[in-house]
Amino acid sequence: MTLKASELNVGDTYTETVVEDLKRTQIVMYAGASGDYNPVHTDEPFATKVAGYPTVFAHGMLTMGLTGRMLTNYVGDGRLTEFGVRFTSQVFPGDTLQSTATVESIENGLVNLSVTTTNQNGVEVAKGTAQARVE
Amino acid sequence: MAVDKFSIEASHIMMFARSIGDDNQIYYDKEYAADAEPGAIIAPPTFVQASAQFDPTYGLRPRVDGIGWMGSGSNPTSAIRREEPKSEDTKSGDGEGNKQRRGGGGGGLHAEQRYVYHRHPKVGDVLTASSRPGETWERVGRRSGKLVFRESVTEYRDQNGELVVTATSVGVSTERPVDQK
Repeated sequence: MTLKASELNVGDTYTETVVEDLKRTQIVMYAGASGDYNPVHTDEPFATKVAGYPTVFAHGMLTMGLTGRMLTNYVGDGRLTEFGVRFTSQVFPGDTLQSTATVESIENGLVNLSVTTTNQNGVEVAKGTAQARVE
Repeated sequence: MAVDKFSIEASHIMMFARSIGDDNQIYYDKEYAADAEPGAIIAPPTFVQASAQFDPTYGLRPRVDGIGWMGSGSNPTSAIRREEPKSEDTKSGDGEGNKQRRGGGGGGLHAEQRYVYHRHPKVGDVLTASSRPGETWERVGRRSGKLVFRESVTEYRDQNGELVVTATSVGVSTERPVDQK
């Protein structure tokens, strides 16, 4: 799939539910694949009794990875030129996340997107921008 | 972070893609990828983070050289990290285990991450990564006390010395765990 500049308009949006009812197991998978074994993400006694959190929470980079999946599904494979987010709230097991890209501008074969990921309560968990090559 | 050899391997990309729930065949199937625009299995946009696997001194991986790990065993935590994390190692949190040093045990969190893709890594590439500190700044947060932000810029280069991805990570150390209210 490739995006065509001629078919894009400022304000266009693309949304995906990137995870439903996030499982601790998926956080464990991400720890294993990424190599980030910080126990706050996977180790309940550590997260609650040592670090002081209500439970384990997802790596910010898992949230960004899920958000990136929405982006690559939208813009196509290998087309991103930039992608950045701020992690604005933590993501916990049980969360359902929805990611949205909005077209901000189109110029010189590039589309600039704003990106947001929110949880089931409408709280934004990641916010940023991306840029991709378009036809 | 300094990584001398980050080989981009198909099985690693497969495992990473699974972990982010991505079934796009560009990450799994060599034949499919050969016919797709990139022409080869490529890495998902956030994959270079997994270069941590190849960083010999990465602080968030249990050690195999007898230095204890901070996770729970018979007690909620069984080890105290010996090494101070280097400023460039702040990505993805930097030592939540060291309660004594951090006060509330809230420790380091990942505040922001940005990537510039000069191209996308593909299977067969062998990358190096080198990091340099960026900006440092502070502010006071309502939910977690004093916040210290540290930026780190990592350049991923390929086997020909060409820049592939520039990654900017912002880590934040909090005075206390983030208030959930």
